[in-house]
Amino acid sequence: MSGLRDEFLARRAAVEANYGTLLAGSGGGRAVTIMLIVGSLAIYFAGLFVLDISPLRIWHGFNQLSTILVLMVPPSPETHFWLYLDALGQTLSIAFFGTVLAAVLSLPLGFLAARNVMANRVLHFLTRRTLDTIRSVDTLIWALIWINVVGLGPFAGALAIASSDFCALAKLMSEAIETADRKPIEGVLASGGDKLMVIRFGIVPQILPVYASQLLYFFESNTRSATIIGIVGAGGIGLHLYEQIRVLEWQQAAFLILMVLVTVAGIDTVSQRLRAAIIGRQVTERPG
Amino acid sequence: MTQTLAVPPEEQIRPLLAAYAEAVATRRRTVLLGCAVFCIALALSWIGAEVRLDTFWAQLGNFGSYFGRLTYLDTGQHVWTDPPSWFWGLRRWSLQLLQTILIAYVGTASGCTLAVIGGVLASRNLIRSRALLVVTRRVLEFCRTVPDIVFALIFVFAFGLGALPGVLAITLHTAGTLGKLFAEVVENIDMKPVEGVSATGGSWFAQVRFGVLPQVLSNIASYTLLRFEINVRGATVIGFVGAGGIGQELITAIRKFYYSDVSAILLMLIVCVMLIDAGSERLRHRLLAMERDR
Repeated sequence: MSGLRDEFLARRAAVEANYGTLLAGSGGGRAVTIMLIVGSLAIYFAGLFVLDISPLRIWHGFNQLSTILVLMVPPSPETHFWLYLDALGQTLSIAFFGTVLAAVLSLPLGFLAARNVMANRVLHFLTRRTLDTIRSVDTLIWALIWINVVGLGPFAGALAIASSDFCALAKLMSEAIETADRKPIEGVLASGGDKLMVIRFGIVPQILPVYASQLLYFFESNTRSATIIGIVGAGGIGLHLYEQIRVLEWQQAAFLILMVLVTVAGIDTVSQRLRAAIIGRQVTERPG
Repeated sequence: MTQTLAVPPEEQIRPLLAAYAEAVATRRRTVLLGCAVFCIALALSWIGAEVRLDTFWAQLGNFGSYFGRLTYLDTGQHVWTDPPSWFWGLRRWSLQLLQTILIAYVGTASGCTLAVIGGVLASRNLIRSRALLVVTRRVLEFCRTVPDIVFALIFVFAFGLGALPGVLAITLHTAGTLGKLFAEVVENIDMKPVEGVSATGGSWFAQVRFGVLPQVLSNIASYTLLRFEINVRGATVIGFVGAGGIGQELITAIRKFYYSDVSAILLMLIVCVMLIDAGSERLRHRLLAMERDR
Protein backbone atom coordinates (compact mmCIF):
# COMPACT_ATOMS: atom_id res chain seq x y z
CA MET A 1 0.00 0.00 0.00
CA SER A 2 2.79 2.39 0.83
CA GLY A 3 4.92 1.21 -2.05
CA LEU A 4 5.18 4.68 -3.53
CA ARG A 5 6.39 6.11 -0.25
CA ASP A 6 8.99 3.35 0.20
CA GLU A 7 10.22 3.89 -3.32
CA PHE A 8 10.51 7.62 -2.71
CA LEU A 9 12.40 7.05 0.53
CA ALA A 10 14.77 4.62 -1.18
CA ARG A 11 15.54 7.04 -4.00
CA ARG A 12 15.36 10.15 -1.86
CA ALA A 13 18.95 11.26 -2.44
CA ALA A 14 18.58 11.14 -6.21
CA VAL A 15 15.22 12.89 -6.17
CA GLU A 16 16.51 15.61 -3.92
CA ALA A 17 19.56 16.10 -6.11
CA ASN A 18 17.44 16.50 -9.23
CA TYR A 19 14.44 18.43 -7.88
CA GLY A 20 16.02 20.13 -4.87
CA THR A 21 14.65 23.59 -5.59
CA LEU A 22 11.11 22.29 -6.05
CA LEU A 23 11.17 20.24 -2.86
CA ALA A 24 12.60 23.02 -0.72
CA GLY A 25 9.98 25.54 -1.75
CA SER A 26 10.80 29.23 -1.72
CA GLY A 27 13.11 29.87 1.25
CA GLY A 28 11.91 33.41 1.87
CA GLY A 29 8.28 32.39 2.19
CA ARG A 30 9.14 29.64 4.61
CA ALA A 31 11.20 31.95 6.83
CA VAL A 32 8.33 34.44 6.99
CA THR A 33 5.88 31.67 7.84
CA ILE A 34 8.09 30.34 10.62
CA MET A 35 8.59 33.83 12.02
CA LEU A 36 4.83 34.42 11.99
CA ILE A 37 4.13 31.16 13.78
CA VAL A 38 6.86 31.72 16.38
CA GLY A 39 5.72 35.32 16.91
CA SER A 40 2.06 34.45 17.41
CA LEU A 41 2.94 31.58 19.73
CA ALA A 42 5.18 33.90 21.75
CA ILE A 43 2.33 36.42 22.14
CA TYR A 44 0.02 33.55 23.08
CA PHE A 45 2.22 32.27 25.88
CA ALA A 46 3.06 35.78 27.06
CA GLY A 47 -0.71 36.33 27.20
CA LEU A 48 -1.22 33.19 29.27
CA PHE A 49 1.46 34.42 31.66
CA VAL A 50 0.17 37.99 31.92
CA LEU A 51 -3.44 36.86 32.38
CA ASP A 52 -2.32 34.46 35.11
CA ILE A 53 -3.68 31.35 33.45
CA SER A 54 -2.19 28.09 34.64
CA PRO A 55 -3.19 24.48 34.06
CA LEU A 56 -3.73 24.16 37.79
CA ARG A 57 -6.31 26.96 37.87
CA ILE A 58 -8.07 25.53 34.83
CA TRP A 59 -8.14 22.08 36.46
CA HIS A 60 -9.61 23.43 39.71
CA GLY A 61 -12.11 25.50 37.76
CA PHE A 62 -13.29 22.51 35.76
CA ASN A 63 -13.86 20.57 38.95
CA GLN A 64 -15.96 23.45 40.22
CA LEU A 65 -17.73 23.68 36.86
CA SER A 66 -18.70 20.01 36.91
CA THR A 67 -20.28 20.56 40.34
CA ILE A 68 -22.27 23.45 38.89
CA LEU A 69 -23.31 21.35 35.88
CA VAL A 70 -24.56 18.62 38.19
CA LEU A 71 -26.53 21.21 40.18
CA MET A 72 -28.14 22.38 36.93
CA VAL A 73 -29.88 19.05 36.39
CA PRO A 74 -32.83 18.95 36.03
CA PRO A 75 -33.50 22.43 34.62
CA SER A 76 -36.68 23.76 36.13
CA PRO A 77 -38.44 27.13 36.24
CA GLU A 78 -39.81 26.40 39.72
CA THR A 79 -42.82 28.71 40.06
CA HIS A 80 -41.65 31.45 37.71
CA PHE A 81 -42.54 29.92 34.35
CA TRP A 82 -44.96 32.66 33.25
CA LEU A 83 -42.62 35.37 34.47
CA TYR A 84 -39.83 33.93 32.35
CA LEU A 85 -42.10 33.50 29.34
CA ASP A 86 -43.09 37.14 29.66
CA ALA A 87 -39.42 38.12 29.82
CA LEU A 88 -38.78 36.04 26.71
CA GLY A 89 -41.54 37.93 24.91
CA GLN A 90 -39.93 41.14 26.03
CA THR A 91 -36.61 39.95 24.62
CA LEU A 92 -38.18 39.22 21.24
CA SER A 93 -39.91 42.60 21.31
CA ILE A 94 -36.61 44.34 22.00
CA ALA A 95 -34.95 42.52 19.11
CA PHE A 96 -37.80 43.19 16.68
CA PHE A 97 -38.40 46.80 17.57
CA GLY A 98 -34.66 47.53 17.65
CA THR A 99 -34.19 46.01 14.21
CA VAL A 100 -37.10 47.95 12.71
CA LEU A 101 -35.86 51.19 14.25
CA ALA A 102 -32.35 50.55 12.93
CA ALA A 103 -33.77 49.82 9.47
CA VAL A 104 -35.72 53.07 9.41
CA LEU A 105 -32.75 55.11 10.62
CA SER A 106 -30.31 53.46 8.23
CA LEU A 107 -32.26 54.37 5.07
CA PRO A 108 -31.27 58.05 4.81
CA LEU A 109 -27.76 57.34 6.09
CA GLY A 110 -27.31 54.61 3.52
CA PHE A 111 -27.97 57.13 0.77
CA LEU A 112 -25.56 59.59 2.38
CA ALA A 113 -22.83 56.98 2.52
CA ALA A 114 -23.32 55.71 -1.04
CA ARG A 115 -20.61 57.03 -3.31
CA ASN A 116 -22.75 57.36 -6.42
CA VAL A 117 -25.48 59.30 -4.62
CA MET A 118 -23.33 61.48 -2.40
CA ALA A 119 -21.15 63.55 -4.69
CA ASN A 120 -19.63 65.57 -1.85
CA ARG A 121 -16.49 63.63 -0.93
CA VAL A 122 -15.96 65.31 2.43
CA LEU A 123 -19.50 64.57 3.56
CA HIS A 124 -19.19 61.00 2.28
CA PHE A 125 -15.93 60.50 4.17
CA LEU A 126 -17.34 62.00 7.37
CA THR A 127 -20.46 59.82 7.19
CA ARG A 128 -18.37 56.68 6.78
CA ARG A 129 -16.04 57.57 9.67
CA THR A 130 -18.94 58.43 11.97
CA LEU A 131 -20.59 55.13 11.14
CA ASP A 132 -17.34 53.29 11.93
CA THR A 133 -17.02 55.08 15.27
CA ILE A 134 -20.55 54.27 16.38
CA ARG A 135 -20.13 50.69 15.21
CA SER A 136 -17.09 50.09 17.40
CA VAL A 137 -19.12 50.67 20.58
CA ASP A 138 -20.68 47.45 21.85
CA THR A 139 -24.45 47.03 22.31
CA LEU A 140 -24.07 46.62 26.06
CA ILE A 141 -22.27 49.97 26.35
CA TRP A 142 -25.04 51.59 24.31
CA ALA A 143 -27.55 50.01 26.69
CA LEU A 144 -25.80 51.57 29.67
CA ILE A 145 -25.87 54.97 27.99
CA TRP A 146 -29.55 54.70 26.99
CA ILE A 147 -30.49 53.63 30.51
CA ASN A 148 -29.21 56.99 31.67
CA VAL A 149 -31.50 58.65 29.13
CA VAL A 150 -34.82 56.75 29.19
CA GLY A 151 -34.44 54.84 32.44
CA LEU A 152 -34.18 51.11 33.18
CA GLY A 153 -36.33 48.81 31.07
CA PRO A 154 -36.73 47.21 27.67
CA PHE A 155 -37.09 50.49 25.79
CA ALA A 156 -33.45 51.30 26.58
CA GLY A 157 -32.54 47.86 25.24
CA ALA A 158 -34.38 48.40 21.97
CA LEU A 159 -32.71 51.78 21.52
CA ALA A 160 -29.31 50.25 22.28
CA ILE A 161 -29.81 47.56 19.65
CA ALA A 162 -30.97 50.13 17.14
CA SER A 163 -27.98 52.39 17.74
CA SER A 164 -25.35 49.69 17.46
CA ASP A 165 -26.99 48.20 14.37
CA PHE A 166 -28.04 51.05 12.19
CA CYS A 167 -24.46 51.86 11.24
CA ALA A 168 -23.77 48.38 9.98
CA LEU A 169 -27.11 48.41 8.15
CA ALA A 170 -26.40 51.81 6.62
CA LYS A 171 -23.08 50.53 5.35
CA LEU A 172 -24.70 47.48 3.75
CA MET A 173 -27.44 49.67 2.32
CA SER A 174 -24.93 52.05 0.76
CA GLU A 175 -23.07 49.12 -0.79
CA ALA A 176 -26.33 47.78 -2.23
CA ILE A 177 -27.10 51.20 -3.72
CA GLU A 178 -23.57 51.54 -5.12
CA THR A 179 -23.78 48.20 -6.89
CA ALA A 180 -27.32 48.63 -8.24
CA ASP A 181 -27.55 47.71 -11.91
CA ARG A 182 -28.18 50.62 -14.33
CA LYS A 183 -29.93 48.50 -16.95
CA PRO A 184 -33.36 48.11 -15.33
CA ILE A 185 -33.40 51.86 -14.73
CA GLU A 186 -32.63 52.52 -18.40
CA GLY A 187 -35.25 49.97 -19.36
CA VAL A 188 -37.93 51.78 -17.40
CA LEU A 189 -36.85 55.11 -18.90
CA ALA A 190 -36.83 53.67 -22.42
CA SER A 191 -40.37 52.41 -22.10
CA GLY A 192 -41.49 55.90 -21.08
CA GLY A 193 -41.44 55.71 -17.30
CA ASP A 194 -41.13 58.83 -15.16
CA LYS A 195 -38.79 59.37 -12.22
CA LEU A 196 -41.11 57.77 -9.67
CA MET A 197 -41.47 54.69 -11.83
CA VAL A 198 -37.68 54.48 -12.14
CA ILE A 199 -37.40 54.26 -8.37
CA ARG A 200 -40.37 51.92 -7.96
CA PHE A 201 -39.61 49.51 -10.80
CA GLY A 202 -35.91 50.13 -11.45
CA ILE A 203 -34.21 50.52 -8.08
CA VAL A 204 -36.50 49.17 -5.37
CA PRO A 205 -36.85 45.64 -6.81
CA GLN A 206 -33.05 45.39 -6.93
CA ILE A 207 -32.38 46.58 -3.39
CA LEU A 208 -35.40 45.27 -1.52
CA PRO A 209 -34.65 41.52 -1.50
CA VAL A 210 -31.01 42.09 -0.50
CA TYR A 211 -32.07 44.52 2.18
CA ALA A 212 -34.84 42.30 3.50
CA SER A 213 -32.60 39.27 3.80
CA GLN A 214 -29.95 41.35 5.55
CA LEU A 215 -32.60 42.61 7.96
CA LEU A 216 -33.55 39.05 8.76
CA TYR A 217 -29.90 38.26 9.54
CA PHE A 218 -29.80 41.25 11.85
CA PHE A 219 -33.00 40.17 13.55
CA GLU A 220 -31.43 36.78 14.22
CA SER A 221 -28.26 38.24 15.70
CA ASN A 222 -30.27 40.84 17.64
CA THR A 223 -32.31 38.10 19.27
CA ARG A 224 -29.01 36.82 20.63
CA SER A 225 -27.96 40.29 21.79
CA ALA A 226 -31.36 40.96 23.34
CA THR A 227 -31.05 37.89 25.52
CA ILE A 228 -28.00 39.33 27.26
CA ILE A 229 -28.89 43.00 27.31
CA GLY A 230 -30.81 42.51 30.54
CA ILE A 231 -27.53 41.89 32.34
CA VAL A 232 -27.04 45.65 32.57
CA GLY A 233 -30.73 46.26 33.32
CA ALA A 234 -32.17 46.92 29.90
CA GLY A 235 -35.05 44.43 30.04
CA GLY A 236 -35.62 40.95 28.74
CA ILE A 237 -34.64 37.51 29.89
CA GLY A 238 -31.01 38.44 30.60
CA LEU A 239 -32.00 40.18 33.82
CA HIS A 240 -33.53 36.98 35.22
CA LEU A 241 -30.60 34.91 34.00
CA TYR A 242 -28.15 37.25 35.72
CA GLU A 243 -30.11 37.22 38.97
CA GLN A 244 -30.61 33.46 39.06
CA ILE A 245 -26.91 32.88 38.47
CA ARG A 246 -25.97 35.42 41.13
CA VAL A 247 -28.13 33.75 43.76
CA LEU A 248 -26.80 30.37 42.60
CA GLU A 249 -30.21 29.01 41.53
CA TRP A 250 -28.54 26.81 38.93
CA GLN A 251 -31.67 24.83 37.97
CA GLN A 252 -33.53 27.99 37.06
CA ALA A 253 -30.46 29.38 35.30
CA ALA A 254 -30.23 26.21 33.23
CA PHE A 255 -33.91 26.46 32.35
CA LEU A 256 -33.45 30.07 31.22
CA ILE A 257 -30.46 29.11 29.06
CA LEU A 258 -32.53 26.33 27.50
CA MET A 259 -35.34 28.80 26.78
CA VAL A 260 -32.85 31.08 25.03
CA LEU A 261 -31.44 28.19 22.99
CA VAL A 262 -34.87 27.03 21.84
CA THR A 263 -35.97 30.56 20.95
CA VAL A 264 -32.83 31.35 19.00
CA ALA A 265 -33.07 28.07 17.12
CA GLY A 266 -36.75 28.75 16.34
CA ILE A 267 -36.07 32.29 15.10
CA ASP A 268 -33.19 31.00 12.96
CA THR A 269 -35.45 28.43 11.30
CA VAL A 270 -38.26 30.89 10.62
CA SER A 271 -35.94 33.53 9.26
CA GLN A 272 -34.13 31.02 7.04
CA ARG A 273 -37.49 30.04 5.50
CA LEU A 274 -38.48 33.67 5.01
CA ARG A 275 -35.13 34.47 3.46
CA ALA A 276 -35.43 31.58 1.05
CA ALA A 277 -38.92 32.79 0.12
CA ILE A 278 -37.74 36.35 -0.49
CA ILE A 279 -34.68 35.39 -2.50
CA GLY A 280 -36.65 32.78 -4.40
CA ARG A 281 -39.14 35.45 -5.47
CA GLN A 282 -36.28 37.60 -6.64
CA VAL A 283 -34.97 34.78 -8.81
CA THR A 284 -38.33 34.16 -10.44
CA GLU A 285 -38.71 37.85 -11.11
CA ARG A 286 -35.52 37.97 -13.10
CA PRO A 287 -35.40 34.96 -15.42
CA GLY A 288 -32.19 34.23 -17.30
CA MET B 1 -41.08 50.27 -43.84
CA THR B 2 -44.00 50.21 -41.55
CA GLN B 3 -45.22 47.04 -40.12
CA THR B 4 -48.41 46.42 -38.26
CA LEU B 5 -48.36 43.87 -35.52
CA ALA B 6 -51.01 41.27 -35.90
CA VAL B 7 -53.31 41.64 -32.90
CA PRO B 8 -54.54 38.24 -31.83
CA PRO B 9 -58.28 37.82 -31.60
CA GLU B 10 -60.08 38.77 -28.41
CA GLU B 11 -60.77 35.21 -27.28
CA GLN B 12 -57.02 34.45 -27.38
CA ILE B 13 -56.06 37.46 -25.28
CA ARG B 14 -58.71 37.12 -22.63
CA PRO B 15 -57.35 33.97 -20.89
CA LEU B 16 -53.83 35.44 -20.93
CA LEU B 17 -55.05 38.66 -19.35
CA ALA B 18 -57.02 36.69 -16.78
CA ALA B 19 -53.94 34.62 -15.91
CA TYR B 20 -51.87 37.79 -15.57
CA ALA B 21 -54.47 39.42 -13.33
CA GLU B 22 -54.62 36.25 -11.27
CA ALA B 23 -50.82 36.16 -10.83
CA VAL B 24 -50.69 39.83 -9.84
CA ALA B 25 -53.58 39.36 -7.41
CA THR B 26 -51.84 36.40 -5.76
CA ARG B 27 -48.67 38.42 -5.28
CA ARG B 28 -50.63 41.38 -3.94
CA ARG B 29 -52.36 39.11 -1.45
CA THR B 30 -49.00 37.70 -0.27
CA VAL B 31 -47.53 41.19 0.11
CA LEU B 32 -50.61 42.46 1.95
CA LEU B 33 -50.55 39.43 4.25
CA GLY B 34 -46.86 40.04 4.92
CA CYS B 35 -47.55 43.69 5.71
CA ALA B 36 -50.36 42.75 8.07
CA VAL B 37 -48.17 40.24 9.93
CA PHE B 38 -45.40 42.82 10.12
CA CYS B 39 -47.76 45.46 11.53
CA ILE B 40 -49.13 43.09 14.15
CA ALA B 41 -45.60 42.08 15.16
CA LEU B 42 -44.60 45.72 15.36
CA ALA B 43 -47.60 46.56 17.54
CA LEU B 44 -46.86 43.61 19.83
CA SER B 45 -43.21 44.55 20.12
CA TRP B 46 -44.24 48.16 20.77
CA ILE B 47 -46.13 46.93 23.82
CA GLY B 48 -43.50 44.35 24.76
CA ALA B 49 -40.59 46.75 24.62
CA GLU B 50 -42.57 49.30 26.64
CA VAL B 51 -42.00 52.02 24.10
CA ARG B 52 -42.84 55.33 25.70
CA LEU B 53 -42.61 58.01 23.06
CA ASP B 54 -43.57 60.81 25.45
CA THR B 55 -40.72 60.05 27.87
CA PHE B 56 -38.48 59.47 24.89
CA TRP B 57 -39.18 62.95 23.50
CA ALA B 58 -38.99 64.46 26.96
CA GLN B 59 -35.69 62.74 27.70
CA LEU B 60 -34.13 63.02 24.26
CA GLY B 61 -32.54 66.27 25.35
CA ASN B 62 -30.87 64.18 28.04
CA PHE B 63 -29.20 62.09 25.38
CA GLY B 64 -27.57 65.16 23.86
CA SER B 65 -26.71 66.63 27.21
CA TYR B 66 -25.30 63.29 28.36
CA PHE B 67 -22.75 63.46 25.59
CA GLY B 68 -22.32 67.13 26.41
CA ARG B 69 -21.54 66.28 30.02
CA LEU B 70 -18.99 63.71 28.85
CA THR B 71 -16.86 66.61 27.66
CA TYR B 72 -16.62 68.30 31.08
CA LEU B 73 -14.19 67.62 33.90
CA ASP B 74 -15.23 67.74 37.54
CA THR B 75 -13.79 71.23 37.70
CA GLY B 76 -16.29 72.39 35.07
CA GLN B 77 -13.71 72.87 32.35
CA HIS B 78 -13.88 71.24 28.95
CA VAL B 79 -11.86 68.05 28.86
CA TRP B 80 -9.57 69.13 26.04
CA THR B 81 -8.36 72.14 28.00
CA ASP B 82 -6.67 69.84 30.47
CA PRO B 83 -5.63 66.50 28.93
CA PRO B 84 -3.47 65.37 31.90
CA SER B 85 -6.40 65.39 34.30
CA TRP B 86 -8.75 64.01 31.63
CA PHE B 87 -6.49 61.00 31.12
CA TRP B 88 -5.39 60.85 34.75
CA GLY B 89 -5.60 57.05 34.69
CA LEU B 90 -3.87 56.60 31.34
CA ARG B 91 -1.34 54.10 32.68
CA ARG B 92 -3.90 51.97 34.44
CA TRP B 93 -6.40 52.09 31.57
CA SER B 94 -3.71 51.23 29.03
CA LEU B 95 -2.79 48.17 31.05
CA GLN B 96 -6.43 47.13 31.25
CA LEU B 97 -6.88 47.75 27.56
CA LEU B 98 -3.83 45.61 26.89
CA GLN B 99 -5.36 42.91 29.09
CA THR B 100 -8.59 43.18 27.10
CA ILE B 101 -6.73 42.71 23.82
CA LEU B 102 -4.77 39.78 25.27
CA ILE B 103 -8.02 38.16 26.44
CA ALA B 104 -9.37 38.49 22.92
CA TYR B 105 -6.12 37.21 21.42
CA VAL B 106 -5.70 34.18 23.65
CA GLY B 107 -9.41 33.39 23.43
CA THR B 108 -9.42 33.67 19.63
CA ALA B 109 -6.28 31.55 19.26
CA SER B 110 -7.51 28.78 21.55
CA GLY B 111 -11.00 28.95 20.03
CA CYS B 112 -9.56 28.76 16.53
CA THR B 113 -7.55 25.64 17.42
CA LEU B 114 -10.66 23.96 18.81
CA ALA B 115 -12.64 25.14 15.79
CA VAL B 116 -10.18 23.58 13.33
CA ILE B 117 -10.55 20.24 15.10
CA GLY B 118 -14.31 20.65 15.41
CA GLY B 119 -14.65 21.86 11.82
CA VAL B 120 -12.79 18.83 10.42
CA LEU B 121 -14.81 16.47 12.63
CA ALA B 122 -18.05 18.11 11.45
CA SER B 123 -17.48 17.89 7.68
CA ARG B 124 -19.34 15.27 5.77
CA ASN B 125 -16.62 14.62 3.21
CA LEU B 126 -13.97 13.62 5.78
CA ILE B 127 -15.93 11.81 8.47
CA ARG B 128 -17.82 8.62 7.74
CA SER B 129 -19.39 8.06 11.13
CA ARG B 130 -22.80 9.73 11.31
CA ALA B 131 -22.84 9.65 15.10
CA LEU B 132 -19.59 11.61 15.34
CA LEU B 133 -20.89 14.16 12.82
CA VAL B 134 -24.13 14.72 14.68
CA VAL B 135 -22.43 15.02 18.06
CA THR B 136 -19.78 17.52 16.86
CA ARG B 137 -22.40 19.60 15.08
CA ARG B 138 -24.64 19.76 18.13
CA VAL B 139 -21.75 20.73 20.39
CA LEU B 140 -20.63 23.46 18.01
CA GLU B 141 -24.20 24.72 17.74
CA PHE B 142 -24.49 24.90 21.51
CA CYS B 143 -21.24 26.86 21.84
CA ARG B 144 -22.38 29.20 19.06
CA THR B 145 -25.82 29.91 20.45
CA VAL B 146 -24.89 30.66 24.06
CA PRO B 147 -23.53 34.23 24.07
CA ASP B 148 -19.98 34.58 25.38
CA ILE B 149 -21.08 36.81 28.23
CA VAL B 150 -23.42 34.09 29.54
CA PHE B 151 -20.52 31.63 29.52
CA ALA B 152 -18.49 34.28 31.35
CA LEU B 153 -21.22 34.71 33.98
CA ILE B 154 -21.13 31.01 34.80
CA PHE B 155 -17.35 30.68 34.56
CA VAL B 156 -16.83 33.54 36.99
CA PHE B 157 -18.34 31.30 39.63
CA ALA B 158 -16.29 28.27 38.64
CA PHE B 159 -12.91 29.89 37.95
CA GLY B 160 -13.07 33.00 40.13
CA LEU B 161 -12.90 36.64 39.10
CA GLY B 162 -10.25 37.65 36.62
CA ALA B 163 -9.22 37.12 33.04
CA LEU B 164 -9.46 33.32 32.96
CA PRO B 165 -13.28 33.06 32.79
CA GLY B 166 -13.30 35.71 30.06
CA VAL B 167 -10.71 33.86 28.01
CA LEU B 168 -12.57 30.57 28.37
CA ALA B 169 -15.91 32.15 27.49
CA ILE B 170 -14.47 33.70 24.33
CA THR B 171 -12.70 30.42 23.51
CA LEU B 172 -15.92 28.41 23.64
CA HIS B 173 -18.03 30.91 21.70
CA THR B 174 -15.30 31.33 19.07
CA ALA B 175 -14.95 27.57 18.71
CA GLY B 176 -18.68 27.39 18.01
CA THR B 177 -18.89 30.19 15.45
CA LEU B 178 -15.62 29.43 13.65
CA GLY B 179 -16.16 25.68 13.77
CA LYS B 180 -19.32 25.99 11.71
CA LEU B 181 -17.60 28.24 9.15
CA PHE B 182 -14.59 25.93 8.91
CA ALA B 183 -16.83 22.90 8.42
CA GLU B 184 -18.49 24.72 5.51
CA VAL B 185 -15.10 25.63 4.02
CA VAL B 186 -13.84 22.07 4.35
CA GLU B 187 -16.99 20.66 2.77
CA ASN B 188 -16.48 22.88 -0.29
CA ILE B 189 -12.91 21.83 -1.06
CA ASP B 190 -11.73 20.03 -4.15
CA MET B 191 -11.50 16.35 -3.17
CA LYS B 192 -8.90 15.42 -5.82
CA PRO B 193 -5.79 16.26 -3.73
CA VAL B 194 -7.25 14.25 -0.85
CA GLU B 195 -7.81 11.29 -3.17
CA GLY B 196 -4.26 11.76 -4.45
CA VAL B 197 -2.80 11.51 -0.98
CA SER B 198 -4.97 8.55 -0.15
CA ALA B 199 -3.93 6.85 -3.42
CA THR B 200 -0.25 7.14 -2.48
CA GLY B 201 -1.03 5.38 0.79
CA GLY B 202 -1.29 8.38 3.10
CA SER B 203 -3.05 7.94 6.41
CA TRP B 204 -6.17 9.94 7.35
CA PHE B 205 -3.95 12.51 9.08
CA ALA B 206 -1.71 12.77 6.04
CA GLN B 207 -4.83 13.33 3.90
CA VAL B 208 -5.98 16.15 6.14
CA ARG B 209 -2.50 17.66 6.43
CA PHE B 210 -1.52 17.56 2.74
CA GLY B 211 -4.88 17.31 0.99
CA VAL B 212 -7.20 19.53 3.01
CA LEU B 213 -5.13 22.01 4.99
CA PRO B 214 -3.37 23.74 2.06
CA GLN B 215 -6.75 24.42 0.46
CA VAL B 216 -8.42 25.92 3.52
CA LEU B 217 -5.56 27.65 5.32
CA SER B 218 -6.07 31.12 3.87
CA ASN B 219 -9.81 30.98 4.54
CA ILE B 220 -9.20 29.86 8.11
CA ALA B 221 -6.74 32.69 8.64
CA SER B 222 -9.04 35.38 7.30
CA TYR B 223 -12.09 34.13 9.23
CA THR B 224 -9.98 34.00 12.38
CA LEU B 225 -8.80 37.58 11.90
CA LEU B 226 -12.40 38.68 11.40
CA ARG B 227 -13.39 36.86 14.56
CA PHE B 228 -10.51 38.53 16.42
CA GLU B 229 -11.98 41.94 15.56
CA ILE B 230 -15.37 40.84 16.92
CA ASN B 231 -13.79 39.33 20.02
CA VAL B 232 -11.92 42.53 20.86
CA ARG B 233 -15.32 44.25 20.98
CA GLY B 234 -16.73 41.38 23.03
CA ALA B 235 -13.81 41.47 25.45
CA THR B 236 -14.47 45.12 26.23
CA VAL B 237 -17.84 44.25 27.76
CA ILE B 238 -16.99 40.90 29.26
CA GLY B 239 -15.59 42.78 32.25
CA PHE B 240 -19.15 43.90 33.04
CA VAL B 241 -19.67 40.56 34.78
CA GLY B 242 -16.25 40.53 36.39
CA ALA B 243 -14.33 38.55 33.80
CA GLY B 244 -11.35 40.86 33.37
CA GLY B 245 -10.38 43.66 31.04
CA ILE B 246 -11.39 47.28 30.84
CA GLY B 247 -15.13 46.57 31.06
CA GLN B 248 -15.09 46.58 34.86
CA GLU B 249 -13.62 50.07 34.89
CA LEU B 250 -16.03 51.30 32.23
CA ILE B 251 -19.19 50.04 33.91
CA THR B 252 -18.11 51.58 37.23
CA ALA B 253 -17.46 54.91 35.54
CA ILE B 254 -20.84 54.88 33.75
CA ARG B 255 -22.79 53.75 36.83
CA LYS B 256 -21.15 56.32 39.10
CA PHE B 257 -21.41 59.15 36.55
CA TYR B 258 -17.66 59.85 36.28
CA TYR B 259 -18.31 61.63 33.01
CA SER B 260 -14.77 62.52 32.02
CA ASP B 261 -13.58 59.00 32.79
CA VAL B 262 -16.31 57.54 30.61
CA SER B 263 -15.32 59.71 27.67
CA ALA B 264 -11.61 58.99 28.17
CA ILE B 265 -12.11 55.22 28.32
CA LEU B 266 -14.56 55.22 25.41
CA LEU B 267 -12.15 57.27 23.32
CA MET B 268 -9.31 54.86 24.04
CA LEU B 269 -11.57 51.91 23.25
CA ILE B 270 -12.79 53.33 19.96
CA VAL B 271 -9.29 54.27 18.79
CA CYS B 272 -7.97 50.86 19.78
CA VAL B 273 -10.80 48.96 18.07
CA MET B 274 -10.44 51.02 14.91
CA LEU B 275 -6.66 50.47 14.79
CA ILE B 276 -7.11 46.72 15.22
CA ASP B 277 -9.85 46.67 12.58
CA ALA B 278 -7.67 48.57 10.12
CA GLY B 279 -4.64 46.36 10.79
CA SER B 280 -6.55 43.15 10.46
CA GLU B 281 -8.29 44.36 7.31
CA ARG B 282 -4.91 45.02 5.66
CA LEU B 283 -3.68 41.60 6.73
CA ARG B 284 -6.78 39.97 5.30
CA HIS B 285 -6.33 41.77 1.98
CA ARG B 286 -2.71 40.58 1.84
CA LEU B 287 -3.87 37.05 2.56
CA LEU B 288 -6.34 37.27 -0.32
CA ALA B 289 -3.61 38.64 -2.59
CA MET B 290 -1.32 35.75 -1.62
CA GLU B 291 -4.12 33.35 -2.42
CA ARG B 292 -4.56 34.86 -5.88
CA ASP B 293 -0.82 34.75 -6.68
CA ARG B 294 -0.61 31.07 -5.89
